[in-house]
Amino acid sequence: MKAPAFDYLRPDTLEQCLEALATLGDDAQVLAGGQSLMPMLNFRLAAPATLIDIGRLAELKPIRIEGDRLVVGARATHAEIGASAEVRRLLPLLSAAAPHIAHVAIRSRGTIGGSLALADPASEWAACALSLDAEIELASTSGRRRVAADDYFLGLYATDRRADELVTAVRFPIADAPLCSHFDETSRRRGDFAIAGLAIVWRGDAAALRDVRIALLGVGDRPVLARAAMAALEGAVPSVGAEAAVAALGCELSPPEDPAYPAAYRVRVAQSLLRRALASLVGKASP
Amino acid sequence: MTVEPRASMTISAVVNGERVVAEAPVRQNLVDFLRERLGLTGSHVGCEHGVCGACTVLVDGKLARGCLMLAVQADGAEIETIEGADAAGRIAKLQTAFLERNALQCGFCTPAMLLTAAELLRANPQPTREDVRDWISGILCRCTGYQAIVDAVMEVAS
Repeated sequence: MKAPAFDYLRPDTLEQCLEALATLGDDAQVLAGGQSLMPMLNFRLAAPATLIDIGRLAELKPIRIEGDRLVVGARATHAEIGASAEVRRLLPLLSAAAPHIAHVAIRSRGTIGGSLALADPASEWAACALSLDAEIELASTSGRRRVAADDYFLGLYATDRRADELVTAVRFPIADAPLCSHFDETSRRRGDFAIAGLAIVWRGDAAALRDVRIALLGVGDRPVLARAAMAALEGAVPSVGAEAAVAALGCELSPPEDPAYPAAYRVRVAQSLLRRALASLVGKASP
Repeated sequence: MTVEPRASMTISAVVNGERVVAEAPVRQNLVDFLRERLGLTGSHVGCEHGVCGACTVLVDGKLARGCLMLAVQADGAEIETIEGADAAGRIAKLQTAFLERNALQCGFCTPAMLLTAAELLRANPQPTREDVRDWISGILCRCTGYQAIVDAVMEVAS
């Protein structure tokens, strides 16, 4: 189908955009890359009175270092993040996750800000943000605030963002000692929404893992931090702690039932991803 | 920025090397604008929700879905469609290989396949079969079973 009728605004500055959001609130929908919003409009699942196209807001584009943070502008595309040498050096988890997002023609337009504003439970960036303990930066006419990923995702397509706020950036902590990381997901066909996906980061070496964080996608109404599996791995030798962590993960996940993929199956897929990730760690020491 | 409701907007874009200035309804998809307003019917409309890939075009040198973009978002952009790539002769080897390998039948996905294969070869002149499959994974072909398409791209690569 075609999109329903709407009014169209294309602000030239962030201030204009935030003023429009303050005035229109829930009646407006922000258009960034449009790779989720356009299908929703074409299906008429979304019918905003006004679209605010942020495609001219250049200040939301750059990927930059600010002190101990890598700040990824909301309009950075999946492809730009995947190709960034800075990202690859500082946060290789993001470089590993990018190729899993949809297809090449989608990655060239879809943005990280759009992905986090929508908060699809199968979003790769949402799981990465959670595992890396990132902050989502929100702006409105009343100012800016930062929300930890853990507090930001509230449910199915629900976030802490207010209707008058715009996602402007994602702020990833850059560790003093480099983080090791691994990203993997399983989907029925390349580029499909994942049945389950896993982002894991840790410090230390094959003798003892430290600061382990594991976030999963596709196994809940939002990205899920696997606290029990994390606890099982903290201080453990991966080859020894693996089965305890995999068992703990099986107990803590409760994906929604869905006709295509029974909940128990999604849990099995997530467990397999963790088992595989931990097997790949053996002999892969922190630099 | 105008805060007046607008039903349509004047777009200025470079399409296949030529400056186009035209009025488009704000709700119109880029691919519908290209087909209906400019008569460039080589980009096809299949699913209209970003799954089939038949509407693939180049926007500022990058592959994009013509159905997942509003025409007004292309204001100021450079667009290349299959007509432009064909006229420039830059996909001639791929076209020949597709023909010789029977890599098309109904032709519905072919413009998207050709543009995508050309971009792959530009980014990576020596792709593996896996690379080719990864790049074309976003385009559905219901005729060929993909093997012949991968063969044709690999033939041009080698």
